[in-house]
Amino acid sequence: MRAVSLFAVRVLIFACLFVVWHTAHAEEKITIAAAADLKFPLDEIVVLFKSTHPAAQIETIYGSSGKFSTQIQQGAPYDIYFSADISYPRLLYLEGLAASEVQAYGVGRIVLWSPVRDAGKMTLNDLTDPAIRKIAIANPKHAPYGKRAEEALKAAGVWGKIKSKLVYGENIAQTAQYVQSGNAQVGIIALSLALGPELAKQGSYALIPDKLHQPLEQGYIITKRAADNSLAQTFARFVAGKEARAIMTRYGFVLPDAVK
Amino acid sequence: MDSTFSAADLSAIWLTCKLATVVTIILLLIGTPIAWWLARTRSWWKGPVGAVVAIPIVLPPTVLGFYLLVAMGPHGPLGQLTQTLGIGLLPFTFAGLVIASVLYSLPFVVQPLQNVFEGIPERALETAATLRASAPDTFFSVVLPLAKPGFLTASVLGFAHTVGEFGVVLMIGGNIPEQTRVASVQIYDHVEAMEYTQAHWLSAGMLVFSFVVLLVLYTFNPTGKRR
Repeated sequence: MRAVSLFAVRVLIFACLFVVWHTAHAEEKITIAAAADLKFPLDEIVVLFKSTHPAAQIETIYGSSGKFSTQIQQGAPYDIYFSADISYPRLLYLEGLAASEVQAYGVGRIVLWSPVRDAGKMTLNDLTDPAIRKIAIANPKHAPYGKRAEEALKAAGVWGKIKSKLVYGENIAQTAQYVQSGNAQVGIIALSLALGPELAKQGSYALIPDKLHQPLEQGYIITKRAADNSLAQTFARFVAGKEARAIMTRYGFVLPDAVK
Repeated sequence: MDSTFSAADLSAIWLTCKLATVVTIILLLIGTPIAWWLARTRSWWKGPVGAVVAIPIVLPPTVLGFYLLVAMGPHGPLGQLTQTLGIGLLPFTFAGLVIASVLYSLPFVVQPLQNVFEGIPERALETAATLRASAPDTFFSVVLPLAKPGFLTASVLGFAHTVGEFGVVLMIGGNIPEQTRVASVQIYDHVEAMEYTQAHWLSAGMLVFSFVVLLVLYTFNPTGKRR
């Protein structure tokens, strides 16, 4: 009995020490909330960054930009926030929740993507084909890629004709997954996802002319809670650097000419 | 920012009620024989079947949603079946949600029924048999009146649990107005779009609904002890 309690005390002391040590090293860890379209490029950027900063602990969470913005307003523990729509971080900045200026990091593109049809030759007008029963887009209500998809469909004059075929993904990754699983025949997704290793080998895509929709201007901020986090500053600088930008270009992001 | 429900909200509420009603009826129809069998059988299969029925209680809705999305897709067994039958694919349809909800809420109907069936004394059934009552007659004149509290509990829980469904719907629903955009999903969309006023109204509605449902259940049906 005595031995057991002694052991428990030792474990407890060790746990306490570990927590204290961990807290002391808090600046070596950051959590990034990023729009789902960044999944592939940002994963690569993080790997590249870690090759020169082996001690850095970087946690990346992908999801919908709107949700992250709401969560940050409610005090979510994210240190850097990459949004597929720059207006979200701009709003957070105005609300005093940012520790940096809003940095533009790229302009996204939307594409028609399909694993069952030769999407490479498709245009938005082809979506009226009765053989296409379901078309997946991200939810235009809060997902930036969904908003742009809606604008493009309206500009092409097909919105009214295909509206009944639309299914709405919670974010752009779920939208792609609806098509990938075969439950929708075609989807309007992010070019960066269509170029990713998974989807590239399963289907083909056609760029949707960017004159049909507002630009998908994307931006990031360092959040207020990370104001003193040196790793967050270092990583943000790295993302703006040459190597990271090359990765972004490879995934189809048009780089912002002027940093706003 | 109107403080009342928008047309889209009302449509979501209506859809939710419709889904829950259809699912509850189906669950009572298929849940009753399952519960009866589970309550009366001495078969070795009682354990495994009971466990399968109860699985949705412990399973994360995402697991059910993921499997259903794949199974009901064009390459999945359910999807191939529905395509052969000429129904088409079930994800993103009301019928698909009904199937998902039936699986998801099954234990909430079967378990209360099973409990109440187990409480029906063998003698009551034997007496009915002695009086030459047929099996359906016995069921409607003996079992049903005795099991009434169980049916009330099962219906209320099945209905309420379907109303409270979210994860599965989000994964296989595709968020289509009047088809799959139920109230819980509509609230999620409001919050994501930072429409807090609308989210508050719908959420408060759900809260009041849940409270009233459980209040009715606990007030009028004190766990069926007074039999």
